[in-house]
Amino acid sequence: MRISPIFAIVVREYYLMRASIARIVPLFVWSAIDIVLWGFLTRFLSGLVPAGFNAVTVLLGAILLWNFLIRIMQGVSTTFLEDVWTRNFLNVFSSPITIAEYLSGLVISSIIMSIIGVIVMLSIATIGFGLSIFVYGVLLIPFVIILFIFGIALGIAGSAIVLRLGSSAEWFIWPIPAVISPFVGVLYPLSILPPWMQAIGRLLPPSYVFEGMRTVIAGGGISSASLLTGFILSVLSIFIACGFFVYVFRYAVRTGLLARFSAEST
Amino acid sequence: MQQTSLPQMARTMTPVLKVQDLKKKFGNITAVDEISFDVNPREIVGLLGPNGAGKTTTINMILSVLEPSAGTITIDGSDSASDRTRVLMHTNFAAVYAPLLGNLTILQNLRVFGMLYGIKRLTERIEEVIRQFDLEPFRKTKYGVLSSGEQTKVNLAKAMLNKPQLLLLDEPTASLDPSISKDIRAGIREFVKSGTTGVLWTSHNMYEVEEVCDRVLFLSRGKILLEGNPRTLPEEYGKKSLEDLFITVAREPLSLDLV
Repeated sequence: MRISPIFAIVVREYYLMRASIARIVPLFVWSAIDIVLWGFLTRFLSGLVPAGFNAVTVLLGAILLWNFLIRIMQGVSTTFLEDVWTRNFLNVFSSPITIAEYLSGLVISSIIMSIIGVIVMLSIATIGFGLSIFVYGVLLIPFVIILFIFGIALGIAGSAIVLRLGSSAEWFIWPIPAVISPFVGVLYPLSILPPWMQAIGRLLPPSYVFEGMRTVIAGGGISSASLLTGFILSVLSIFIACGFFVYVFRYAVRTGLLARFSAEST
Repeated sequence: MQQTSLPQMARTMTPVLKVQDLKKKFGNITAVDEISFDVNPREIVGLLGPNGAGKTTTINMILSVLEPSAGTITIDGSDSASDRTRVLMHTNFAAVYAPLLGNLTILQNLRVFGMLYGIKRLTERIEEVIRQFDLEPFRKTKYGVLSSGEQTKVNLAKAMLNKPQLLLLDEPTASLDPSISKDIRAGIREFVKSGTTGVLWTSHNMYEVEEVCDRVLFLSRGKILLEGNPRTLPEEYGKKSLEDLFITVAREPLSLDLV
């Protein structure tokens, strides 16, 4: 892989961000609103639940990590959609950039964009509602890594869907986290779900993060096998997502979809 | 007298583009039907034909954004199917239907595309193409607010950034006024004569084709029907002008005495 084409994608995003407040504000505003809403809700719940249950750490911490995944996913998708909105596929893919370089560019752009959102969310949660993210200790690192990898996988899979179905399919991308969230137990243990939902949840890497998070806060020990399962599933998900993107890209090159992307196909 | 080095001589003898038995089918429709042609260094070849003849499909296959159903494309000695990255490093294109990024300035666009092509000493090269296409006053202007003539100049500046061995121009002067078109044609000719680039040029403006192209290929229904010098070809087929010949190829190809 060459560095220059990868950073072409990153530099393009930087130029676009720098010139447009409309692109910068969404990076953090919705996540910030979520944190404020859940911050007050947890403060209210703290007065109702028995002592010992730390609503701020359990609920607000989970919301923050979930929003981190969403930001990563949307960072990848938004960078990809830039080429859709500007009808730039012909220019980009007639250049020597490879699919691996292109996807790497999307991922690095997403990391940079997500940092802004995470800083804002963390500041509000810490200063406004007293959340200490360090309560998770060193386990925060594997939690973040698993969510990061899975967020990238969702972003790449969402981009492949748009490449296959056309620009109007971007409306399939935005609800993906909302569709997944009931299965991964962001706010409740998987055990309260019906068996079929639990089965799906166990296939999704974030389930292991949120289950582990609650165990840590309750003072229990988290099994390394559980974390490893979450990690392996997240790595598997990114391989599947990249494979799906490559498959769709090749289909688009074979059928002429890429060259005539403005015409949607089903 | 300008001397030519041995590697340069070797390069000038090998076609920059070699298309062999190229075919593209979309379902039951054959858009390009086993066409073969070459483009040599310093040569401008016109790819002519009515709408739907297969010109853009051919260009898309050469650009590797469309997979051929059969046939081979060799650019600068490398096979485009097996060596895509190397081939595209030596190729570039400009077309009105492939605008650059409207929200980026000219400088930003050229920087992004220069990085995509991995161009060395990019800042220097950007300044060269900006001077070449008189884009100095617009360097910090967003591409999207430029006139169509100015946008075309930027498209061409982008297309020449990597000093391509093969330059594909799909109706580069469409929708431009005659004065700007003339300047742009002169700029492209100068670029071609100063290096070893070969150009494949599509246009519906027969005056332009006669002025610019060294050789033309007439494409109709996916097949190459005629090939030759645009200044002598009409007479060879008993036509008054290249435009008359074009109309005949488009409407009554069977009336031509094709061997």
